Amino acid sequence: MRMPLFRGMKPKRWVVIIAAMLLSSILLAACGENSPSILAPVGPVAQKELNLFWFILGVATFVFIVVEAWLIYSIIRYRERPGMPAPPQIHGNNTVEAAWTIAPALFLFAVLVYTIYTMFTLAPTAPPGAPTLTVRVYGHQWWWEFDYTESPNYGFVTADSLHIPVGTVVRADLYSDNVIHSFWIPQITGKTDVIPGHDNYMIFRADKVGTYLGECAEFCGTQHAHMNFNVIVEPMSTFQTWVSSQQAAAATPPQGSLAAQGEQLFKTGQCAGCHGIVGVNLASYNDPKAAALIGPNLTHFGSRDLIAGGVLDNNAAQCQADLQSNPTKPDLSNCALAQWLSDPQGIKPGSDMVISPLTQSQINALVAYLESLK
Amino acid sequence: MATRTIEGVGVVPQRKTFAETYIGQWLTTVDHKKIGIMYIVTAFFFFLVGGMEALLVRTQLAVPNGKVLDPETYNEIFTMHGLTMIFLFVMPMTVGIGNYIVPLMIGARDMAFPRLNAFGYWIVLFGGLFLTSSFLFNAAPNDGWFAYAPLTELNSGCVKAYQCTPGLNMDFWVLGILLLGISSISGALNFVVTILKMRAPGMTINRMPLFVWMTLVTSFLLLFAIPSLTAASGLLLLDRHLGTHFYQYTFGGDPLLWQHLFWSFGHPEVYILILPAFGIISDVLPTFSRKPIFGYTFVAWSGVAIGFLSFTVWAHHMFAVGLPLIAQAFFATSTTLIAIPTAVKMFNWIATIFRGKVVFRVPMLFAIGFIAMFLIGGLNGVALAIVPFDYQVTDTYFVVSHIHYVLFGGSVMAIFAGIYYWFPKMTGRMLGEKLGQAQFWLFLIGLNLTFFPMQILGLLGMRRRIYTYPANLGWNDLNLLETVGAFIIATGVLIFIWNVIRSLRSGEAAGSDPWDAFTLEWDTSSPPPPYNFETIPVVRSRRPFYDKKNPEIADWKTATH
Repeated sequence: MRMPLFRGMKPKRWVVIIAAMLLSSILLAACGENSPSILAPVGPVAQKELNLFWFILGVATFVFIVVEAWLIYSIIRYRERPGMPAPPQIHGNNTVEAAWTIAPALFLFAVLVYTIYTMFTLAPTAPPGAPTLTVRVYGHQWWWEFDYTESPNYGFVTADSLHIPVGTVVRADLYSDNVIHSFWIPQITGKTDVIPGHDNYMIFRADKVGTYLGECAEFCGTQHAHMNFNVIVEPMSTFQTWVSSQQAAAATPPQGSLAAQGEQLFKTGQCAGCHGIVGVNLASYNDPKAAALIGPNLTHFGSRDLIAGGVLDNNAAQCQADLQSNPTKPDLSNCALAQWLSDPQGIKPGSDMVISPLTQSQINALVAYLESLK
Repeated sequence: MATRTIEGVGVVPQRKTFAETYIGQWLTTVDHKKIGIMYIVTAFFFFLVGGMEALLVRTQLAVPNGKVLDPETYNEIFTMHGLTMIFLFVMPMTVGIGNYIVPLMIGARDMAFPRLNAFGYWIVLFGGLFLTSSFLFNAAPNDGWFAYAPLTELNSGCVKAYQCTPGLNMDFWVLGILLLGISSISGALNFVVTILKMRAPGMTINRMPLFVWMTLVTSFLLLFAIPSLTAASGLLLLDRHLGTHFYQYTFGGDPLLWQHLFWSFGHPEVYILILPAFGIISDVLPTFSRKPIFGYTFVAWSGVAIGFLSFTVWAHHMFAVGLPLIAQAFFATSTTLIAIPTAVKMFNWIATIFRGKVVFRVPMLFAIGFIAMFLIGGLNGVALAIVPFDYQVTDTYFVVSHIHYVLFGGSVMAIFAGIYYWFPKMTGRMLGEKLGQAQFWLFLIGLNLTFFPMQILGLLGMRRRIYTYPANLGWNDLNLLETVGAFIIATGVLIFIWNVIRSLRSGEAAGSDPWDAFTLEWDTSSPPPPYNFETIPVVRSRRPFYDKKNPEIADWKTATH
């Protein structure tokens, strides 16, 4: 039996229902606090990319409303009603066809021109004489290495946290010796893939001090989900201070302290097989032995805010406070580094950190040592 | 009862040959209608498999730091979800519907190569079972359906932390893809020859139904795109097992070679997935608007234009790989260009409804839903062509939203329009109207709840292909909403299954022409006899059956073609 769908139902009602659903999902997105959102740019590249988004959002919304309205109007106005005669058997209309071929073409051409113009003017240029920074970025499985030996040659490497001075044009040279990754900092710049054998690079600038999340955006294997990094944008003076501290060899812990035990454990145990600390198992950042180490350099681990490709936050203050509050039997259950050392495969299954289990006292010593490496 | 005659004795009973048994008929058939049904049933089975994989993904992502699936399993599940839905559901389903309907629509008795037709089906079944059996070996493909090198390389001596894919996983991928490609090529060849050579007298190319047009274009796309995939996967197989280095830079190869070869297939592939859907819609809308398709020539030739242009846009999947800017600008241009014929089709579809007499039966609900949802997918697709914006949202959930609006909101809605439309022809029974309406609304609501928020998640920085996400990035609520939407869709699927079971058992009898339609498949019984038509019809316009039923106002009398 034929049951007309809209008999008795106000035509506008279900339109409102669907619109409400879509809108509510947008409102729910207001819960996007703390998101690495492209809607909150802090640099000119991300800003220009966002401007394009607002433009296309406007165009798309307009087209959506017009076309859906025509569709909804058609199905309501021309719905079958009892006694309605057969409609005129219209086959087409060439004028109308020309109109709705040319109109979208013009629209789209305008969009294309704006797009191509933006493409060719996207990268910021540094004013003459202004300082610039070139960093080599290495994508590993599954963490990011930042090598500050390019321009200027600061002579050190670090991991997980990329410090850059505010307002400075930065160039990131992207390298991988394994699989394809993608370097993406949503609030600062769109992404570029990191491809073995290719010399890809990105040029960007951050104009607002703060910490912004960066992510790997190309599927790269088991732990692609946990390959984040932080971009710490800071005033030039703070950045220079950070550079100086990074350039130094690792601090030697006081003799006899828990941290000293940790240093010893690092040097003689399984850690030094994969990780390097300048002044302990590496003579310098240039030490050729570093080439064979598959894990991140830990020389200034205590100053980093991320562990292991961003799978955990390095809550150094918490760890050190816990160690101090009970020196003989510290409770490090809230210390991220301790959690990591006790079960790396549980936290990041498939990563290369496959270690023989450590005792609690070994973990305490290592935490004390590593968090002291500011 | 089979019998035979012995001279001098008379007629004696005879055991049935295998091909005469019920099972045997299906296993040995070369009849396009039976083969079509087998394709459809097999494709639907894999729709359920792919759907379960999707539900597993959504369950894992419902909350942050989910523990439902470990990362290795998750990577297998999302890879198989893509492979299953594309190669084992949408493609065989559209080939199946085409197999059944195209010969009937053109007034032919069967496809041009019936045995090749059967071969194509059995390869799909065995290829699909082969690919899915990889789960039993705990070695399901796990590097994405797109299988980017060098992640997919096999390196038994992985250098440093270069963790590649030493297991059988990607070998299942390559071999499964090669098998299924053979089936696609054989089906495409069959359709091209059938459509070009076996149309009824009077049915010129410009009079054949648009579903036939779109099947023809799709078949050409397959013939030219599958070789790219075969080449790409063949080279991967060689890299993995014969020591070649096509995709490994350390030996002079290039990972990007994979992407160019793959997307040279991959982009035409997505039009292979949508063009048959366009064809279904183009034949459903006129029937339920009670007037012809508006702008037949424009719809047909837009399809051809899309077919040609689809080979010029492949690197829009590669905007972030570091191509020279001028190359990126070229692909931005070609991608923008391909939006124009697509827009033309949309307008023609709505113009078909406009000033018609809209009959809200279930096939029409799905067709209207298709238009409404494909529009969204098309618009966010145009957004992705805006290269600098694409730098931000490529490889994020924004793209996942786009692909699912065009694939689910597009292809799947059109497929169900086709199923509800032609089920009566294939089985002689109507599918239940109320259950069909329920399924439609569940699909419409579910798909919007699932896929619309993904655009927002992409803007909020959530990249794709991650097995979990942290709790403090503001992505939690939208992910949960999407999971709810996915289960709403699943409920719609269950209702559909119930609808089919009930209708096969006790559905309303359909008769030969339940919808008062216009094309030749309705001018024979439901289901048609093995020979399809008692006499091959003579065609004088684009709506031969309408002409037959309405001789006074036949198209050939009133229209100019």
